[in-house]
Amino acid sequence: MVTLSHYLTLSALLFAISVAGIFLNRKNVIVLLMCVELLLLAVNFNFIAFSRYLDDPAGQVFVFFILTVAAAESAIGLAILVVLFRSRRSINVQELDVLKG
Amino acid sequence: MFATFLFYALSTVLLAAAVGVITVRNPVYAALCLILAFVTSAVLWLLLEAEFLAVVLVLVYVGAVMVLFLFVVMMLDINTATLREGFLRYAPVGAIVAGLLVLELAYVIWFRSEGLPGGTPLVPRDAAYSSTEELGRVLYTQYLYPFELAAMLLLLAIVAAILLTMRSRPGLKVQDVAEQVKVRREDRVRIVTMKPESE
Amino acid sequence: MERMYLAIVLCPLIAALVAGLFGRQIGRSGAHTITILGVGASFMMSLLVLKDQWLDGAAAFNGAVYTWAVVDGITMDVGFLVDRLTALMMVVVTSVSLMVHVYTIGYMHDDPGYQRFFSYISLFTFAMLMLVMANNFLQLFFGWEAVGLVSYLLIGFWYTRPTAIFANMKAFLVNRVGDFGFILGIALILMATGSLDYATVFAKAPEVTNQTIEVWSGTPWSVMTVACILLFVGAMGKSAQMPLHVWLPDSMEGPTPISALIHAATMVTAGVFMVARMSPLFEYSETALSVVLVIGATTALFTGFLGVVQNDIKRVVAYSTLSQLGYMTAALGASAYAAGVFHLMTHAFFKALLFLAAGSVIIAMHHEQDIRKMGGLRKYLPVTWLTSLVGTLSLIGFPGFSGFFSKDALIEAVGHAGRAGATYAWWCLLIGVFVTALYSFRMYFLVFHGQERMDAETKAHLHESPWVVTVPLVLLAIPSVIIGWPTIQPVVFGDYFGSAIVVQEANDVLGELAGEFHGPWAYILHAFSAPVPYLALAGALTAWYVYLRNPGVAEAIRQRVQWLYALLMNKYYFDDFNQKVLARGSVGIGNVFWRVGDVLIIDGGLVNGSARVVSWASQVTRQLQSGYLYHYAFAMVIGLAVLVGWLLMGA
Repeated sequence: MVTLSHYLTLSALLFAISVAGIFLNRKNVIVLLMCVELLLLAVNFNFIAFSRYLDDPAGQVFVFFILTVAAAESAIGLAILVVLFRSRRSINVQELDVLKG
Repeated sequence: MFATFLFYALSTVLLAAAVGVITVRNPVYAALCLILAFVTSAVLWLLLEAEFLAVVLVLVYVGAVMVLFLFVVMMLDINTATLREGFLRYAPVGAIVAGLLVLELAYVIWFRSEGLPGGTPLVPRDAAYSSTEELGRVLYTQYLYPFELAAMLLLLAIVAAILLTMRSRPGLKVQDVAEQVKVRREDRVRIVTMKPESE
Repeated sequence: MERMYLAIVLCPLIAALVAGLFGRQIGRSGAHTITILGVGASFMMSLLVLKDQWLDGAAAFNGAVYTWAVVDGITMDVGFLVDRLTALMMVVVTSVSLMVHVYTIGYMHDDPGYQRFFSYISLFTFAMLMLVMANNFLQLFFGWEAVGLVSYLLIGFWYTRPTAIFANMKAFLVNRVGDFGFILGIALILMATGSLDYATVFAKAPEVTNQTIEVWSGTPWSVMTVACILLFVGAMGKSAQMPLHVWLPDSMEGPTPISALIHAATMVTAGVFMVARMSPLFEYSETALSVVLVIGATTALFTGFLGVVQNDIKRVVAYSTLSQLGYMTAALGASAYAAGVFHLMTHAFFKALLFLAAGSVIIAMHHEQDIRKMGGLRKYLPVTWLTSLVGTLSLIGFPGFSGFFSKDALIEAVGHAGRAGATYAWWCLLIGVFVTALYSFRMYFLVFHGQERMDAETKAHLHESPWVVTVPLVLLAIPSVIIGWPTIQPVVFGDYFGSAIVVQEANDVLGELAGEFHGPWAYILHAFSAPVPYLALAGALTAWYVYLRNPGVAEAIRQRVQWLYALLMNKYYFDDFNQKVLARGSVGIGNVFWRVGDVLIIDGGLVNGSARVVSWASQVTRQLQSGYLYHYAFAMVIGLAVLVGWLLMGA
């Protein structure tokens, strides 16, 4: 028997894995972006599960919007990545320290 | 019973795929793992009877976004060896933070969830129910303005992506529309009064 | 009249500025001409003011000339209060100053700082007039500090001598102690009455009497007592009362005219004048008056002893000045303000005379000041000798001379005072009379009589000083003899001062004595029924026997009481105490503060320390700003975890 808690736990685990992924793949922007996608997926899981168990379609609307934002985000993120690679011939985040004041 | 089995099986695949995303050496494999994770998620969403979103996830994510990822990964000449240096250096921190999050969330989910309807098993909806229809109705009534805003956001992303990646090569000849519109008669035509030539 | 008051003050100032700033252009004769003209004009106008106030009985003038500032309802004016007390002081100051100006032409004849000197003494006259004519505490303080400044400049006039520099430093520092008390007193009065104006403050004096202040928590003091004692601390510094007297003997490093003008006749009496001026306040504090009385009497006696062993002609006169200032202060303490001011006036004349006479001797001796190397000068310097004799007789209070009238009135007033410490003071003053006669005649005999102890060369050049020196001597000798005759009746026993000096009924010793006063002649005869003239005579005879008749006795006595001689020669070890304990102590404290406070805490801790802390903190925090994208991502994620945890704890 699957309850809401099962879904929430699954989503929590997924979230934790992607957080760990951010720490592990700190140099590789592409994998970082993928981790962000995974984070959003975990969040979406929560929304859909709540929507189903509370019987409220509003949760699904939020998932819809999150998908929109995530798509836009990855499109722009990848575009930035391309520009970055073009100028530095690398996507190594370790070399990106121009944020330092 | 079958649903329960399906849930556990798919969950295992999903978590394994997620672990794969963050650990494999090659970004192409990572992207493929991510596709696997998305597809598994879509199936799990189907279990939750969110058919429309499951389809959208596969179509948009797997079909568009992940293809874009793969495209970029393969287009860029990435030296994976340097990217893997010090891979495990922050692993303990990551593990601690991730573990902390899991503990916190699990605590909330299992011990602080009074008043949530999670305990009862799901009652399957009848066949006539359409989640697409339900979502559409809400989306086009209650959430119309956010929906329009989401559309604007996508447009913005398109414009931004094009602007970022477009290179203007030197020596390219283009029309300057503004200049064309701005032009006045005096700039182009000169009326010359001439004395008629008489003998 | 108001314009004239302003002119009296400004004439010396303008003269001083011209002589000081354009001294090179106008030359030596220009400098002394303009300053003498300035001071002479002031003197003439002061006489007019005195006539106006005394003979014509004009009302006292009290008005502001110029409002300098108004801060929070407190008006700071430049203004004049001219009453009979002021008029008397003005005449004394300007007349002695005029004499000194004239005398200086002779005394400083060959000095390269001639114009500078004239500028200074004119400036001093200006400052002293501002002090005595002030109608508010701020102007009083201005004058007070200005005379202190000029005194400092003049003590160190010969600034190439290390001893002169040491002396003026000492005078300045000791006066700072007094001035600190003085300004605290002014501040306390301002706090209690909310005004700096004399008239307002005096009007409020009765109310203030009941106020108390806790100097140390738990012990309430009368505001009036504290304020008066603080003001008197200022007077102690300026008028060189024990224990702040140490600067005055050393101030003799300055040129002799200065010693006469500033350190005998006028500036040092500013404290006496101030207390007399503040009589409406002092009258309300029995305690403060007792302090004044005891300190004055102590100074009168114990500095007199020191005069007996000094060998420097100017120092002997300086110690006699200290002693006489003690007499004046004691009179103030006995509420006999009029007697104190009267003695101030007579003392100004005869002490200036003695100083100028000493200066004349010094000129004749080619700047030799040791009285052991003089003797028998009577026949070489007849005018100086005669005027010195007059000054000495006046100083010891020989009946009929001006000093007699003032000193006798003063001692009698102290004898009648019923205040705590009055008996002690009376004995001090009586013994002081003997001591005064002793040291005065010791100096007189050693200088003008007996065998000639100078070397042959000096002896060959001995001759009387030029007229610019002797004329002031004569002019000062005249009032030294006669000024007491016409003035004792109105000033001491009459109501010359009117409302300028306030004495409460119960304290009015002079009023009591006035009943027994029947003219100067009777007063002289009456004096012989008291011990004072006999003591003076005994002192003079002792001096004659010990120093002239039988000089071996002095040496024998010295051998017998070696410890006493050492004590006196070392001036009761005041200087050593100041030097070793106060000076070295403050240097030590300063060193500690410098090392701990400045170097360690301020430089090390606050200045460099704060910079170092900022630097250290930024060294640490800049590690956070690594610039690496993933560090920011980490921060966000860790923040999320902490935030969730925090919400869980809270909920």
